[in-house]
Amino acid sequence: MSVIRIPRRRVVITGLGPISAFGVGIEPLWNAMIAGKTAIKTITSMDASGFPCSAGAQLPADAFDVRSVVPKSYRKATKVMARDIELAVGAADAAVRDAKLITKAINPDVEPTIPASRFGCHIGAGLIAAEVDELTAALASSRPESFQRSAISSRPSTDSRQPIANSLSPCPIDLAHWGSAGMQNLTPLWLLKYLPNMLACHVTIIHDCRGPSNTITCAEASCALSVGESVRVIQRNAADACLSGGAECKLNTMGILRQTFSRRLAPTNGSDGSTIVKPFDAHATGSVLGEGGGIIVVEAFDTALARGATLYAEITGFAATQSFCPDTVGLELDPDDESLGDAMDMAMRNAGVKPEEIDAIAPFGSGIPNIDQAEIAAIKRVFGPRAADIPIITTIPNTGNCCAGVGAITLAVAAKAMHAQMLPARLNTTNAQGLCANAAPAKAAPLRNILVTSTGIGGQNVAIVLRRVGS
Amino acid sequence: MSASHTTNSGEPRVVITGMGWVTPLGFDLATVWKRMMAGDCGVSKIDRFEAGTFPTTFAAQIRDFDFTKYVDDPSVHANAGFNIQYALGAARQAWTQACLGNATHLNTRRVGLYLGAGEGVLDFPNYARANLAGWDEATQKVDGRKWAEAALQCMNPMLEVEQEANMPLSHLAREFGICGPAYNCLTACAASTQAVGEAVDILRRGEADVMLSGGTHTMLHVLGVTGFNRLTALSRRNDDMMHASRPFDRTRDGFVMGEGSGMVILETLDHAAARGATPLAEVLGYGSTADAFRITDMQPEGRGPAEAIRAALRQAGIDPHATHAPPDGRPHIQYISAHGTGTKENDSIETKAVKAVFGDNAKNIPMSSIKSMMGHLIAAAGAVELITCVLAIQNQMLPPTINLREPDPDLDLDYVPNTARAAVVDTCLSNSFGFGGQNDTLIVRGME
Repeated sequence: MSVIRIPRRRVVITGLGPISAFGVGIEPLWNAMIAGKTAIKTITSMDASGFPCSAGAQLPADAFDVRSVVPKSYRKATKVMARDIELAVGAADAAVRDAKLITKAINPDVEPTIPASRFGCHIGAGLIAAEVDELTAALASSRPESFQRSAISSRPSTDSRQPIANSLSPCPIDLAHWGSAGMQNLTPLWLLKYLPNMLACHVTIIHDCRGPSNTITCAEASCALSVGESVRVIQRNAADACLSGGAECKLNTMGILRQTFSRRLAPTNGSDGSTIVKPFDAHATGSVLGEGGGIIVVEAFDTALARGATLYAEITGFAATQSFCPDTVGLELDPDDESLGDAMDMAMRNAGVKPEEIDAIAPFGSGIPNIDQAEIAAIKRVFGPRAADIPIITTIPNTGNCCAGVGAITLAVAAKAMHAQMLPARLNTTNAQGLCANAAPAKAAPLRNILVTSTGIGGQNVAIVLRRVGS
Repeated sequence: MSASHTTNSGEPRVVITGMGWVTPLGFDLATVWKRMMAGDCGVSKIDRFEAGTFPTTFAAQIRDFDFTKYVDDPSVHANAGFNIQYALGAARQAWTQACLGNATHLNTRRVGLYLGAGEGVLDFPNYARANLAGWDEATQKVDGRKWAEAALQCMNPMLEVEQEANMPLSHLAREFGICGPAYNCLTACAASTQAVGEAVDILRRGEADVMLSGGTHTMLHVLGVTGFNRLTALSRRNDDMMHASRPFDRTRDGFVMGEGSGMVILETLDHAAARGATPLAEVLGYGSTADAFRITDMQPEGRGPAEAIRAALRQAGIDPHATHAPPDGRPHIQYISAHGTGTKENDSIETKAVKAVFGDNAKNIPMSSIKSMMGHLIAAAGAVELITCVLAIQNQMLPPTINLREPDPDLDLDYVPNTARAAVVDTCLSNSFGFGGQNDTLIVRGME
């Protein structure tokens, strides 16, 4: 592995805009992380009792109204925002305020802090599910009579992993009726609610970001890859600052179904799920979904310094790799695969830090047993005997797995921890396997370099090194 | 590193060493090029589902493509949807043309992926079945518990897992043993142009030696066609579908959906030279901007597209107003592969943007849209159009915009109407503009 080091623009984090079940912005999230609270409980936004896991971390309706964070002139557009888009818009508002940036949305009458053409935007997104009531109301109008009498054909109940249906199964919708009439029940802009790039499109319109803008769709690795791209864009001098991160809400029928099929969720077995996510525990049984994500303001050091911005952390190292997935999708992992450890290694070389200089690690930490094992193996390989002593920062037991948004929560917590020189509390894990990951209260700690990693379904891995500015 | 292997800014030069595609006009470079030179049209009635009463009933659909010929062990990809199958076919062609299959000592940690790939095809019948099973007419809501019971029973788990847009990445990584940096971006119709641009940046930074890049997409499924129909973005010439995609024509009434994949192998010139690979073209410039205007409309003056084109020209070191010394006299860009969707808005604004950037030179730069022949490949369109630019340079021929019978008085550029044309061409520019205002431009030049 050759690493080319060309002197490049330094890049820092100047604003944190996580959005999580604890609320909008870094303050409610950080307070909960310090106090060791979880937002995971039985899902109430829908009846999820038909799924093996009926718990989730929901952002309560009274804690966030997207209409309150968009300019009056843009309120109409909130009607075509899927939940994922609302979350990204809320996060972006929190991020620009935390960074004390003047944007078009904050004040349209003064010069923006970052000129529009120098303002980029990279927001990770997942596969956005169509709002099921709206779509089904339309579909129901095109049911043939026979299907109105027997809504579901009887099928043998078998192991859910075995394919029992295929696309040749008869369509319960009369497509002739749908094409000529039924589809008219969908609003004309229906498709635009669900395109993944609409997170970034709305955010760039609201804040007038006309620089490079992208939408990374790599599941749980999306945010970290987005931040890496923002760093590249700033270093190639195509922008001075970027709104960067991601958001997702899988707390809906299709989202939970696909996570169930992906064997990623812990069965709740009648509990409220508040203590079942146990990252790196020998008895871990899976993860729980949350809704949220975040936007981070990634900015050139020179412009940040010139405007006296808060410097939460410098992004000194970044690397991305791809795991070998024997099953092509990453439900199975190859125990000998070294890609995740390679990403950690390369990010540290890129940052010019040695493994012994890393003071904390913020991994994915999902409680999904085989992903936990892969992370443990990588950390052990890279850090050797020190692996058991480096404090681990976990967030998923608190906020749930926000999928395409999870990386921004991890990054925001890590950056805040560095700025506060404080390790947040850890929950639930009592039998950590070889890592410093057992439940523990928050405590002050010298944090000069933090390694943040992401690994998503599908096998994309990312490692980012944060350095304390001034250290 | 010799000076000729770096750009003016000291970064490694990046070249294309392999290309491949799966398109409605065919599944290999030669066939598709020949058909484009003949001005063939790949449009037909949609028959993947019953679309006979839809406002638009036709598309440029791929037929009889067998991906199993392109992979080592088809059983590994048993659950691959069309988007993944097309990607495997296109990527194998590119990999083979670049002779990477025979490359000894290829460090797979230094081989990365950057795709602009679309999501999978929804299993509509079973999805609809679950939705109806949970539907309560009285409350106009879906009962979650009933929905879950039905869906857990009728939906195919692996097909659902394969839906996320990063799954083509995982399949290609698995097939070719790639373990370097891996990204997927999905910026609607701009995705694969943006993917190639960012892949080039990764190579210039030295983060990889080789990148497999491009896009793949199909939205030819019930809800995809429904969505575009509701947006009234599609041509509705059901009675004249072979002439429906008519970019830049006065009577254009929308785009025609296509599907497919385009893939390229990008590598540093150094790496290509060291292993004796033949560079096909160099990627000289990339520009990316956001309109930040409206999710439904482009900014009327083409502000974002113009800035993307300017940014790409700056990176390429090309002055849009300059020409080669006489007697040559050509502008430094000799062909533009237009985004050219055939919607009223796009074609007019793209024309404005090109004129704003190139001034007097604009009329002397032929600009055509291959979407007239193969429809709009959505996320995959940009990569397919980039490959077309390289083929134009190799063959010294420009593909036509077919179905351009009635010139639009407001659109006064040279759109290469109806017939392919011989031309002296060494440097081409390719535009892609996504729904929601993402604009991306690439510039490629033939090897000396």
